[in-house]
Amino acid sequence: MQLIACPWCGPREEVEFSYGGQAHVPYPDSPAELSDEEWAHYVFFRDNPKGRFAERWNHSAGCRRWFNAIRDTTTYRFERVYRLDDPKRGGTELASSRKEGTAP
Amino acid sequence: MTSPFRAPEGGRIDRAGTVEFTFDGQVLTGHPGDTLASALLANGRHQVATSIKLGRPRGIAAAWAEDPGGLVQIEEPFPEPMLLATTVELHDGLAAHGLPGQGRLADVPDSARYDAVHHHVDVLVVGAGPAGLAAALTAARAGARVALVDEQSEAGGSLLSGTERLDDAPALDWAADAVAELAGSPEVLHLQRTTAFGSYDDGFVLALERRTDHLGAAAPKHVSRQRVWRIRARSIVLATGAHERPVVFADNDRPGIMLAGAARTFLHRYGVLPGREAVVFTTNDSAYDAALDLRRAGVRVQAVVDARPEGSPRREECEHAGIRVLSGAVVTGTQGVERVTHALVAPFADGAVGPSSAIACDLLLVSGGWNPAVHLFSQARGRLRYDEVLGAFLPGEALDGLTVTGSAAGVFDLAGCLADGQRGARAALTALAIAPAGEDRLPATPDPVVPTAPLVLWRVPDTSGADGSTSFVDLQRDATVADIARAVGAGLRSIEHIKRYTTIGTAHDQGKTSGVLTSGIVAELLGIPVQATGTTTFRPPYTPVAFAALAGRDRGRLFDPERVTALHEWHVAAGAVFEDVGQWKRPRYYPQPGEDMQTAVLRECAAARTGVGILDGSTLGKIDVQGPDAAVLLDRLYTNLISSLKVGSVRYGVMCGVDGMVIDDGTVLRLAEDRFLVLTTTGGAAKILDWMEEWAQTEWPDLRVHCTSVTEQWVTFPVVGPRSRDVVGAVFPGVDVSNEAFPFMTWRDTTLDGVPVRLARISFSGELAFEVYVNPWYAVAVWQRLLDAGRPYGITPYGTETMHVLRAEKGYPIVGQDTDGTVSPHDLGMAWAVSKKKPDFVGKRSFARPANADPLRKQLVGLLPVDRETVLPEGSQVIDFLADGQLPPPPVPMLGHVTSSYRSAELARPFALALVKGGRERIGDTVHVPVNGTLVPVEVTGSVLVDPEGARRDG
Ligand SMILES: [Zn+2]
Repeated sequence: MQLIACPWCGPREEVEFSYGGQAHVPYPDSPAELSDEEWAHYVFFRDNPKGRFAERWNHSAGCRRWFNAIRDTTTYRFERVYRLDDPKRGGTELASSRKEGTAP
Repeated sequence: MTSPFRAPEGGRIDRAGTVEFTFDGQVLTGHPGDTLASALLANGRHQVATSIKLGRPRGIAAAWAEDPGGLVQIEEPFPEPMLLATTVELHDGLAAHGLPGQGRLADVPDSARYDAVHHHVDVLVVGAGPAGLAAALTAARAGARVALVDEQSEAGGSLLSGTERLDDAPALDWAADAVAELAGSPEVLHLQRTTAFGSYDDGFVLALERRTDHLGAAAPKHVSRQRVWRIRARSIVLATGAHERPVVFADNDRPGIMLAGAARTFLHRYGVLPGREAVVFTTNDSAYDAALDLRRAGVRVQAVVDARPEGSPRREECEHAGIRVLSGAVVTGTQGVERVTHALVAPFADGAVGPSSAIACDLLLVSGGWNPAVHLFSQARGRLRYDEVLGAFLPGEALDGLTVTGSAAGVFDLAGCLADGQRGARAALTALAIAPAGEDRLPATPDPVVPTAPLVLWRVPDTSGADGSTSFVDLQRDATVADIARAVGAGLRSIEHIKRYTTIGTAHDQGKTSGVLTSGIVAELLGIPVQATGTTTFRPPYTPVAFAALAGRDRGRLFDPERVTALHEWHVAAGAVFEDVGQWKRPRYYPQPGEDMQTAVLRECAAARTGVGILDGSTLGKIDVQGPDAAVLLDRLYTNLISSLKVGSVRYGVMCGVDGMVIDDGTVLRLAEDRFLVLTTTGGAAKILDWMEEWAQTEWPDLRVHCTSVTEQWVTFPVVGPRSRDVVGAVFPGVDVSNEAFPFMTWRDTTLDGVPVRLARISFSGELAFEVYVNPWYAVAVWQRLLDAGRPYGITPYGTETMHVLRAEKGYPIVGQDTDGTVSPHDLGMAWAVSKKKPDFVGKRSFARPANADPLRKQLVGLLPVDRETVLPEGSQVIDFLADGQLPPPPVPMLGHVTSSYRSAELARPFALALVKGGRERIGDTVHVPVNGTLVPVEVTGSVLVDPEGARRDG
């Protein structure tokens, strides 16, 4: 069982957290303007990379705050965690990460 | 009473004490300090059971958890299957019998306690042998917070099995001093009888402490029998020792054949002579100690059979003691039935075996080298490397926060183990930036004898003319060299596949003696290096752990929290039958004498529809949403418009996921411009709070809004029925309860004897109804006032079953029962609850998908069985006949399924809700529902079966 470093609480047991899927998939600005396919990509499609992945986590049994993390999907290791308002957002570093929820 | 095979002296048993136990129905005695195995051996008993597939006699082949032979079923003090005689400590009244590989679980509840403790340390040392004790001392002396765990009943590890000396005194004196020093260190937790069985990420180790097993019936009831230690260590030092490895030869499974080191353990630790006439078969120097020690204890050692052509420098020592040493020789087979009687010994050179001759013996000791116990290292995802010299797998890389020391790292001499333990602890301290103590001396060891290199020999070629079918690799699984050859012949190459094909390593011992042998034999058969074969994956637990221990205190009533409302005692006294709704205990119905559920529910329903009923609805989820942007948040999450709601009013709302499917419904009370009370379903309370938080935090952090659960801060009592106004009016005379002053879907605050109370005109039954909200401290008092005021009208408490019938008669869906994640508000006939004004809300875009406009979508409708009698089972399929009135050919297409089904007092017939394809178009049609093999015709109706005009809600 890993220790996950909550940006607010510090390292805590993995069981206190819940997983929130890929990070940096924002709710589209104007859903009505999206094609069905573009909307479907926002609703259903997520990356599944081998290696570094930007993810959302929630310290659900602790401070209940959401935060982001860069984690390696092959080793499970957390590279780092960062708050949602961190200006150095992980998404800008990850080539595979989608900037907008609109593009397939 | 002296047992026939008890040595006249020695051992760490208490010879003054006698322990009486029963094995296979026979009453035997042993001494305190014995294991079941040592006591059996002392009584001359080697055979424990017969084997699982072949029925061959099997006995004690090792001295601890690696034993593949001596499986027992404990009967007294409490039935427990599949334990090893070698690890069961003897106590008075112990009753056991041998097991042919399969045991029996107790059929009575286990009354023992089990618990768990969390523990955090700087350094965890696993193993209290020489390396582990040295490591623990070094860490403790530096002032680190230390845990030392060891699976044996006392510290010492390999020292318990030998005659080593340290500082010119028995090595166990040093061990005792070390234990005393650790006991005096306030930051040290030292646990014996504690097996570290799992090693996980970030220094997390699970260990099982056997706290009272060794006490038998004398175990104090208030002490947990076993305890799981959940240890989080900043650094781990593994000093887990090594397991001796046998060599495979024909008929190597007979009772009386055991590992050479195990014989030393039985002799030195338990004062037991495992036989009278021994042959020792070895490929390395370590077994010479067994030969010499047994000889000194009076055992006739017939021969040391050393497979190495050059033998050992210890040959002279043996010959001096009168022991014949046969170098360049092997054991090719054995004779005997229930006990070995002869070892067949043959010359062995360059892989070729000569003619064999029989040597009489009742004990055949075997040593094929030592396998470092790398299980915990491997579980922590450490890679292993094969060592050609040792013929064993060693830690092949350094892991952060984990150091392997002593014989677990391939260091087999005492001086080396002590130094390696100290080195491991110092490495751990350095990594933690803890300065080592200035004074940290290791005891002096005698000059070590330089050993000769061992010979790596997995198996002796089968000379019996057989095909290896009695050359056992995994005794517990009756798996032989022939089985491995068959697997390889079938084309299997991967050691993981061969394991599953042969079942080798899948028994209780998880291949502690057979795993590396299998790798070696497979490599030999395939002609590839052992490194290429590798090992099977080491997985927790290292040794078997009882489910009861893993469950700990989380069983029975403590398995999951039970939530009860403030009225629970009242419900119990009223004779309520409860049902579990999530973690809540809710009254399902209140049977009166002689009533079954059906009668009680019909009575309760009739009361609510014709007089007045009252429900404990306190489990309803309640979320307080506050902040200047509270209305904005709710507008974005509900399908309908919330911001237009006036203070003092209530609105029904539906929430969807981004896919446009309903996730919850409920009502919203606007308490102030910037404050709402959101009521969710009982089951949705936690989920919807999470949902709100997720959106507020991750998408709209700019919104000034806070959400908090107030489910437990308010009890809720719906007072329901045409006479509810009379009851509520009587209890709260200060409130004008007339329809004009207090209309439907509004709320009012009032007080009762100074206690704040909130009233809301919300109806989940279609009847005139008032929901009464009050602080739980006053729940019983307010409930009682309502009951008293309702007595003239026959007020009737009702449970969840009646609540469900009443809401279903009105077509009100239960999210999760009448919906399943594929149901939109439109499918429920709730297009009216979907705002057309709002530019967007969660789920809106999905409504525009063509699939949502499909006229064949499943829609919520009512069903009335034409026979007016059948209660359709929930979950039943709905099917359609062809135009000619015939059943379509199989597979019969399904139209949908029944989601809710009850008997209705109001309708005087059963009815159901169902999701049916194109259901609203089918209203008036007759479809069929198969029930117990017959097709029940049912009429499709609208979903609102009672008071479709809504005339009753205002009384
Ligand atoms: Zn936190």
